[in-house]
Amino acid sequence: MQFDRFEKRVLLMTGALLAVFIFSMLYARSKYNDLPECLPFDKAYTEPKVTKLDDKTYQVFAVASMWQFQPAQVYIPVGSDVDFYLSSKDVVHGFFISEKNVNMMAVYGNINKQTVKFDKPGVYKITCHEYCGVGHQNMQAEVIVNDPAAR
Amino acid sequence: MNTNTQTLPVQAKPAPASLLSGMQISGWLRKVVYWELGIPLALLSIGIYHGLMQVIYRAGVLHQQAFLKLDYYQGLTLHGVINAIVLTTFFAVAFGHATITFYLRREPNKTLTWLSFWLMTMGTLMAAWAMLAGKASVLYTFYPPLKGHPLFYLGTALLIVGSWIPLFDWARLYREWKRENPETKTPLAVVGTLVNFIIWFVCTLAVAYEVLVLILPWAMGFRPTVNVTLARTLFWFFGHALVYFWLLPAYVMYYNFLPKLAGGKLYSDMAGRIAAFLFLLYSVPVGVHHQFSDPSITKGVKLFQSILTFAVMIPSFITAFTIAASLEYAGRKRGAKGLLGFFTRLPYLDPDRYLFAYLICGLFLFIFGGLTGIVNASSELNNTIHNSAWIPGHFHMTVAGPVFLGIIGMSLYLYSKISGKQLYMPKLAVVLPYVWVVGILIFSTGLSWGGLIGEPRRTNLGMTYLNPTHELFTPEWVPTTMLGLMGGIIMFIAGMLFLVVFFGTMLKKRSEKGQLDFPVSEVLHDEKRIPLFDTFKPWLVTMAVILVVAYIPAFLDATRNPGPGAPRFTPDNPVPVQAAPAATSSAAGNETIVSYRKK
Repeated sequence: MQFDRFEKRVLLMTGALLAVFIFSMLYARSKYNDLPECLPFDKAYTEPKVTKLDDKTYQVFAVASMWQFQPAQVYIPVGSDVDFYLSSKDVVHGFFISEKNVNMMAVYGNINKQTVKFDKPGVYKITCHEYCGVGHQNMQAEVIVNDPAAR
Repeated sequence: MNTNTQTLPVQAKPAPASLLSGMQISGWLRKVVYWELGIPLALLSIGIYHGLMQVIYRAGVLHQQAFLKLDYYQGLTLHGVINAIVLTTFFAVAFGHATITFYLRREPNKTLTWLSFWLMTMGTLMAAWAMLAGKASVLYTFYPPLKGHPLFYLGTALLIVGSWIPLFDWARLYREWKRENPETKTPLAVVGTLVNFIIWFVCTLAVAYEVLVLILPWAMGFRPTVNVTLARTLFWFFGHALVYFWLLPAYVMYYNFLPKLAGGKLYSDMAGRIAAFLFLLYSVPVGVHHQFSDPSITKGVKLFQSILTFAVMIPSFITAFTIAASLEYAGRKRGAKGLLGFFTRLPYLDPDRYLFAYLICGLFLFIFGGLTGIVNASSELNNTIHNSAWIPGHFHMTVAGPVFLGIIGMSLYLYSKISGKQLYMPKLAVVLPYVWVVGILIFSTGLSWGGLIGEPRRTNLGMTYLNPTHELFTPEWVPTTMLGLMGGIIMFIAGMLFLVVFFGTMLKKRSEKGQLDFPVSEVLHDEKRIPLFDTFKPWLVTMAVILVVAYIPAFLDATRNPGPGAPRFTPDNPVPVQAAPAATSSAAGNETIVSYRKK
């Protein structure tokens, strides 16, 4: 089978482009490694709470339900690493903090986990981005980093 | 007319595909094709009405749950199911009948063809009733544990099973043809159609299992719980291959008809075959890229399927090159000079070749659909855009780009050719797709931009986030949803005008003898037959191997990692549906509903 020389060229270009894409993805993966993690189900994570592990490390057990997040507000100091453990009490919900690229699905009987560092003060909205019934558009919570009133 | 067998001359050696001319087809086949094009296009009016309504709600023009007694999420379900499942499936079957009959010069079996039609129609009616009655506002992905009416699931399953039947009938015709012509290349359009329906059959097995084994018994109360992650994994085994099932009919048109319409030849026939078989390998084992944000699926499975998703780029790049080269050849034949001069010499607004306008507009949109798709393929970038408005921004440039424009353009073409009727308002017909392109570009710019600044998809934004009097009001999303609204209005107008042209054509009188005909392209480099690219077996085996390697670990994850299964929930109540009616816990739930409705 003989290849047309333009076709050969375009195949090489496609291969090179593909290599660039895959390399970038693997590079980002080794640098950030912030994909949602795979944890086996454990009932312990399904009670909403915020735990301070040390000065700069917090654990949040977030529970999504129709149509609210618990806890609805999370207060943390600037520079903290937060482990979000996410579960759902009912249907599928979303958990999206756009500025911090936190993006998880909350699924009944499953535990999702992502870790993120909040290095700037401010109010970060957690938006439910999966349709979860008639009250879906009401479902938002907040992470409040360095709340002046809380000092 | 039942003279079909007599009108087909028995050829000792078949003419090359490029020399095929128009052919008479039986009256019943004509009728099936008319109905299979007409029914979904009639339903499309409901589908695009709800498209318009969504951009209106989302831009904050309406701050309410429902309009004209149709709820936002009910409308969203109708929009998704009608436009993306009913229209595409009916069209793929009708177009498949047409290509197989035309290129193999053989008609499908009458009984099976009607059976397939009735199953699809009954299924569609059942699902349409459930959705219109407001008993299945679960969106087209119907993720459990949100529960819709059992007839919604049953109807969808019937639609799918009905669309399986033609594949086995066409495979019989193909084998018959192959026995008579063992040394002739199978026409590229036939390869494309068969590949498409094999992909469809394989991927829908998973969704049939999801619906019939996991969901239906649970929705009807025979099983108390459902494994949600397993159901999602089965759905996306189907859900991404679905988009290639939408796309491949458009690819068949690009390779086989577009070069001829442009006034040139197809650059390479072999390129089309390679692309088709690569789609067979890579269309299905990529579905986990819709679940990068899901729990219980290991990072390794996500990474592997992310890389496989990039591999699907290859057939699309092959196609981009081959079609561009074919268009360049056509442009130069028409006197174009310079590197890119050929772009200016194509028949963009020729009413006699209106199909060209639909196909070229679709190709143009697909450039952007492809680029945004590469972002979605990456498991790393997914964190930025997953389930945000970026996603509908992306897929409206694919499914509402090449797919939709191919479908409506070809529906008009097939109907007008087979019936022998002239177009109603031909000048409008040729301008329409350009209006659509303008609309989509504005619409998708708004959604993509919105997605990057956190705007969620599938959300009645008008009630809260785009309602200035509500505490959740988010002013950043005003410009993005306004662009969505502007683009959406333009798309709605173009879509409605198309329906006027199509049904106007239906009402016209026949002006010539109708026949099944396609603008068949000749091939510039007609490579000789290579047996590997003219047989399905080795490709099917490879497909199976890749599928097993990619999906067994995903299914193991989805079975092992989750905990208890979920009971049933309806969209309006946080309290699960009880197997036996129990009044104890429902009071609290009802209070919540009332308070949310008041807001």
